[in-house]
Amino acid sequence: MYKKILLATDGSEHSKRAAENALTIGKCNFDSKMEIVYVINHDKVKSDVLSNWNTAEIGDKHKSRLKDIEQMAIESGVSYETKILHGDPGPAIVEYANKNHFDVVVIGSRGLNGLQEFVLGSVSHKVAKRANCPVLIVK
Amino acid sequence: MERLSYKNEWFGNIKGDILSGIVVALALIPEAIAFSIIAGVDPMVGLYASFTIAVTIAFVGGRPGMISAATGAMALLFIDLVANHGLEYLLAATILTGVLQILFGVFKLARYMKFIPRSVMIGFVNALAIMIFTSQLPHFEGEGWIVFALVGLTLAIIYLFPYLTKAVPSTLVAIVAVTALSIFMNYGIRTVGDMGAITQTLPVFLLPQISLSFETLAIIFPYSIALAVVGLLESLLTASIVDDMTDSDSNKNVESRGQGIANIITGFFGGMAGCAMIGQSVINVKSGGRGRLSALVAGMFLMFLIVVLGNIVIQIPMAALAGVMIMVSISTFDWNSIRTLHLIPRTDALVMVVTVLTVVMTHNLAIGVFTGILLSAIFFVSKISNIKVDSKLEGSHRTYFVKGEMFFASVTDLLAKFDYKERVKSVDIDLSRTHVWDDSAVAAVDKIVSKFEENNIIVVVKGLNEDSTELVNKLANKLGSH
Repeated sequence: MYKKILLATDGSEHSKRAAENALTIGKCNFDSKMEIVYVINHDKVKSDVLSNWNTAEIGDKHKSRLKDIEQMAIESGVSYETKILHGDPGPAIVEYANKNHFDVVVIGSRGLNGLQEFVLGSVSHKVAKRANCPVLIVK
Repeated sequence: MERLSYKNEWFGNIKGDILSGIVVALALIPEAIAFSIIAGVDPMVGLYASFTIAVTIAFVGGRPGMISAATGAMALLFIDLVANHGLEYLLAATILTGVLQILFGVFKLARYMKFIPRSVMIGFVNALAIMIFTSQLPHFEGEGWIVFALVGLTLAIIYLFPYLTKAVPSTLVAIVAVTALSIFMNYGIRTVGDMGAITQTLPVFLLPQISLSFETLAIIFPYSIALAVVGLLESLLTASIVDDMTDSDSNKNVESRGQGIANIITGFFGGMAGCAMIGQSVINVKSGGRGRLSALVAGMFLMFLIVVLGNIVIQIPMAALAGVMIMVSISTFDWNSIRTLHLIPRTDALVMVVTVLTVVMTHNLAIGVFTGILLSAIFFVSKISNIKVDSKLEGSHRTYFVKGEMFFASVTDLLAKFDYKERVKSVDIDLSRTHVWDDSAVAAVDKIVSKFEENNIIVVVKGLNEDSTELVNKLANKLGSH
């Protein structure tokens, strides 16, 4: 029943488990389509750039975070696309999900930064509250 | 193709660029004024600089969507120049800074930015944040509670207003609210007008009124070098941040040249040297700015506001500007570096802290950066200078195995690791797991060989890798003659 799947990811372990679940759902239908979405958080870019100053091209870092999950999608045979969004992760995912009428959003329960989640309130919580479709939060 | 893409950089995002440019202009005004006051010049010097730099960079910059203007990092560098020699020397130094930056771009030196270690970069932004903060402290000296209260109110509005709406920059709301309050209540506290005049005219082309002599050059050159380096450092860091935010690439050498052109023009139009601004560029991209048009609109609208609203601008209380500057310093500081300070290698942490302390003591970001680079180079050298020598004895023949890097810093240790007086007939020195880097290393091998030979021991040096052999052959022909 869920054919159009949005998988929100930040490359963390939690989001890899979310990916497994999203692919399980995807495999239920032969014509299901998955979109893997990654959000570049504008508030964290400065510290990101600074902490990666001497490492190879910064731009590739975002793509490499998606690579593992893309590999999982290729192996499972579910057709997928990747999409990079910009802005505050919670609202960006909600806006994208609602605008493109997804059947389900799959997201990890917590991301890379536990402390920030504690302070600001979690992305998954925002998505669950405001998305117009069912949301699967994976522990 | 080139021209098409340049056109696209201008007109690919017209609506977003115009709106974000207006937002940036509003946010730039308080900073341009505050940075002028830090440097000890009239507010107009910073405002003119912000106008000419933003507009020029729109045409010649290498990173569309990045905002350049008068900045704190630069202002902090020429406080002494202005205090000791006056504004005209600052304008001359600004022009010379531009010339140096153009050379930097022409010789494609941007790639050497990788020699600046991460810990020095973090030390740089943290030191900048601390300097901006401490530069505001004089505004509190001898002031009553009203000033403290107004600074607090400014900060409260800046940090809380975004929860209501993000459409208007909260710094502007804070400035307007606090200015209105202080005019209405007539507190009689210090305002921008007390710090210098705001002239509601466009900048005009002028040659700096200085004598073109060697003495002048000797005065301004050290400042210009520091300004050129710091300006490019912050500009290229900001360019990387904008690259990351927009998922696109930029030409760092074109940006270096562009910063130079902008500073030359600024110096001739009575503005102070500037560079790219991290905070304003982030605001621009967040507000939807992507193209060159955003920087042009920011500069033009800023000048328009000054010409139209100059009378109101002089009534902004210094307390409100101090509040904005405290916000700027908080957001400039890399708080992440404090959280991870105990996790990173201890030498990295030390380099960061020393960079910050040097800047705080010398009030010069350039000296801090150089000290940081030097210190991390020394740490690196001492880390890799660790050289190991193992050996094994077979009858009256001993084989030494050298492991590590052979260069000026490691040869002293190396020489002590051989037993020259041992009663053996022959010695092999196996260099297959080392690398001979410089003439000190070649000389050391030479010395080891001759010391053994003095004791009538036959020495064979073997296992040199290709690079090392080449160097050894170039420098000394004594080796490998057996």
